[in-house]
Amino acid sequence: MQEMSAHVRTNQMAALTERAVRIKRMLEQGVKKPYKDVIDVSWGDPHMAGMKPLTFVRQVLAACCYPQLLDGDNLPADVKRRAQKLLRCCDGGSVGSYTNTAGIPAIVESIAQFISQRDGVPADPENIWIHPGSQMALMNILTLLVNSEASPKSGVLMPVPGYNTTALSVKTMGGVVAPYFLDEEHGWALRADELRRALTSARGACWPVALYVINPGNPTGHIQSRKSMEEVIRFVAENKLFLLADEVYQSSVYDANTEFVSYKKVLCELGPPLAHTLELASFHSASKGFLGECGLRGGYVELVNMDPAVMPYVQRLFHLASSPPVAGQIALEVMAKPPQPGDPSYPLYKHETEHIRSTLVDNVKRVLQVFTRLPAVSCQPLLGGGFAFPRLHLTPKAVHKAKEAGMQPDMFYCARLLEDTGVFVRPGCEYGQKEGTYHIRFCIMTPADVMEELLRRLSTFHLQFMKDFS
Amino acid sequence: MKRSLPTPVEEMNHGTALLWKRRAMAGLTAARCGLPKESVAENGASPRGKVLTIDTMNPTVKMVEYAVRGPIVQRAVELEKELSEGRKKPFQEVIKANIGDAHAMGQQPITFFRQVLALCSYPELLNDNTFPEDAKSRARRILQSCGGNSMGSYSASQGIDSVRQDVARYVQQRDGGVYCDPDNIYLTTGASDGIVTMLKLLVCGEGLARTGVMISIPQYPLYSAALAELGAVQINYYLNEEACWSMDISELQRALNEARGHCNPRALCVINPGNPTGQVQNRKCIEDVIRFAAKERLFLMADEVYQDNVYADGCQFHSFKKVLFEMGPEYSNTVELASFHSTSKCYMGECGFRGGYMEIINMDDDVKAQLTKLVSVRLCPPVPGQALMDLVVNPPQPGEASYDKFIKERTATLSALADKAKLTEEVLNTVPGISCNPVQGAMYSFPRISIPEKAVNEAAGKGQQPDMFYCMRLLEETGICLVPGSGFGQKDGTYHFRMTILPPTDKLKILLSKVKEFHQRFTKQYS
Repeated sequence: MQEMSAHVRTNQMAALTERAVRIKRMLEQGVKKPYKDVIDVSWGDPHMAGMKPLTFVRQVLAACCYPQLLDGDNLPADVKRRAQKLLRCCDGGSVGSYTNTAGIPAIVESIAQFISQRDGVPADPENIWIHPGSQMALMNILTLLVNSEASPKSGVLMPVPGYNTTALSVKTMGGVVAPYFLDEEHGWALRADELRRALTSARGACWPVALYVINPGNPTGHIQSRKSMEEVIRFVAENKLFLLADEVYQSSVYDANTEFVSYKKVLCELGPPLAHTLELASFHSASKGFLGECGLRGGYVELVNMDPAVMPYVQRLFHLASSPPVAGQIALEVMAKPPQPGDPSYPLYKHETEHIRSTLVDNVKRVLQVFTRLPAVSCQPLLGGGFAFPRLHLTPKAVHKAKEAGMQPDMFYCARLLEDTGVFVRPGCEYGQKEGTYHIRFCIMTPADVMEELLRRLSTFHLQFMKDFS
Repeated sequence: MKRSLPTPVEEMNHGTALLWKRRAMAGLTAARCGLPKESVAENGASPRGKVLTIDTMNPTVKMVEYAVRGPIVQRAVELEKELSEGRKKPFQEVIKANIGDAHAMGQQPITFFRQVLALCSYPELLNDNTFPEDAKSRARRILQSCGGNSMGSYSASQGIDSVRQDVARYVQQRDGGVYCDPDNIYLTTGASDGIVTMLKLLVCGEGLARTGVMISIPQYPLYSAALAELGAVQINYYLNEEACWSMDISELQRALNEARGHCNPRALCVINPGNPTGQVQNRKCIEDVIRFAAKERLFLMADEVYQDNVYADGCQFHSFKKVLFEMGPEYSNTVELASFHSTSKCYMGECGFRGGYMEIINMDDDVKAQLTKLVSVRLCPPVPGQALMDLVVNPPQPGEASYDKFIKERTATLSALADKAKLTEEVLNTVPGISCNPVQGAMYSFPRISIPEKAVNEAAGKGQQPDMFYCMRLLEETGICLVPGSGFGQKDGTYHFRMTILPPTDKLKILLSKVKEFHQRFTKQYS
């Protein structure tokens, strides 16, 4: 298949999105279609897909916005206590005030404690920076690393398939994306030999400065083994790369036999000298996991082993966004310090999180069941993360038809899927994939009934599509 | 392959260290760097083998030369801590009149806005009959426009459609019916996000063709910091202190002509009402600036975040967009303009929500496509901020349940600010050696102060700007935290400070009298 210009690809990505918007509007206006709604699973956005926010988060947020609620009887005592604590930390007792650039100190402290408990290693609040979303924090760290004036240009090793927004960030700041391919046959594993190949190849075209990993993976759903993580750490140490670890899906683990462990913890357990020298930035956010608060824009970065002389410049960059949105900070506070057993809100919190957990575990089971049964589609184990990324085994006829339409085959599939069934997923070509392979990505953080309907429509469509192009 | 060294870059700021007025993180100790055990070498040298060092770092970041740990703000925070620990000081409290944060100084939020935000946060409250119906219907409308009816969903990166439409309607009404296309509205994370994004879009080129951006002296240091980080050329044009900080076309021309020698000037930034100056430009001045921008083919950036903060008699806010369109198609079809607004100032003061928008006029289609791509990289602005912006542009109307209270609160806030603006100007002008232009608008006063030669010399001895030296002394002796004029830029040999007019009136009176006493004491000591 001919290499398509980036310009054309971008246009088609936008066209697919616009078509979905158009169809949604048409349905709203009562236009008849073979389906009653668009099932939009194109984003990693649980609320958009129909999942509910956690009650405790929203009660605290409401009470902070409108403190008169603290005088009423409708909110549980622990909500009130938390809101009062947070309001006391705000200048003038208002969430409308600016905060410290790195976030309200008490919230940064909560996050430090959360990290410490998770890893069994103390985290220093001074190395934690809250920011409007993890992607923006990542952009700031990339700004430090990527020298757009240099020749050769700075390069960042990034996974294929990978989250395209991050790759775009690197490019917009004048850096080069140096791809490393994940191993589909082995559950999308990250292989050290592939990293070495990618680095050698990259050195010809750029000056590699950093390695970006996302674990649990987006779009792959892979969770790295500890061994794999140790290999990555040794690799970046040997090759003098800065390690960027995107861990926003760390709460989304579905496989009973798999555990998420943070890069910081693995690094620490490797002991000195690596533990004291290897530079690492870990990113997390309130957008995924149980909270799913994408719209509140609450994320943070923890910086490990940074050169102290660089830290003032980190601060300057974060200053340009003044202070992070307080609503996002509140979400992070609850993420880091949820209700505990004994708290009035705990039973509801437990119920809600268990419901979310079991829904997603069941969704994953159903997805794998369905793809096992369907012909011409296969799916690697979904250990965690927010998406399914099944492979389509398209016939030459389908590929040819796509080529005639000037589209990548999986884009062609997605466009037809949207048109015929109202199911809006994204094609693998947007994330990168091995030449000649095709995939689709869809969010699995949906209510059970939505997933069931999605799978039903997708299966019907897929069988028909395969028949049409047999 | 050889890696070229980054070329040393000239100091771009107006020969002075810029003070970043945002709060620095208190007590940042550089030595702590991650894991518990220390790895800094005995002699304090940087640990060997780091990937990211001062030398390998992106060189443009190094050029962001503002005193980040704002010695004055950091010291103020330290003093607060000392006071809370019971240490004796010549003052009872630290008064932070350094930052344009109204709520921090006790200004109350608008009840209606907070009610709607609470309802949007926790829609169960729609069943609570202590909330007025009009707040509930606004909340329902906002929630309907959110994915999954939740503020927790991503919005489109340009912002929620219905909010952009409401913003367009507001702009149209504000500007006497001049059409506003919702497609030209981009919601942003505070105005700063929009400003930085536009600058990113505008800055390009190498060497003599490097983009130059005209900014006022004095200016709000976000501009100089962003330009430094982007490696753009900062072109300074001086505001005319003697004429109430007005813009002077001949001065703009001078600055531009000179700049053409070493860069490619592409944009002109204007803040109206002005920060730190408080100047509100009259209509003729705005027309002149537009003509200048048209003639010299400059992209106009109009920072209008203080548009409701106009106090002085005879002053009125005129949006650049409105004036542009009233000048007829010769200008309105050609001049490229970006106007910025925010929820952080005016009568709302909601800095923490990070709400804002920008309106783009006459932007080339290809550039607009690039802009769309740039904003998509940061995903979307915070939805609560978007919701708040929606309320600001679509407030309670006459006849609605919340209207009376809303008007009462808004009027009270704005008139208190007007009173404080007047008070500040009056008191400061009674001090020999302090001269204060009328605070026509915005939230600050930027008086000129005379500093005796002896003090200037002592400051030099300490390696400090004279007005920094002055402000530090003021802080230590009175607990009052202001920002020295050197942080905003000023004519050589002149000194200023910027103070906000935000403290509650009684506190403001105390602040002003203390400043007066201090100035007299300081002048006497160094005479």
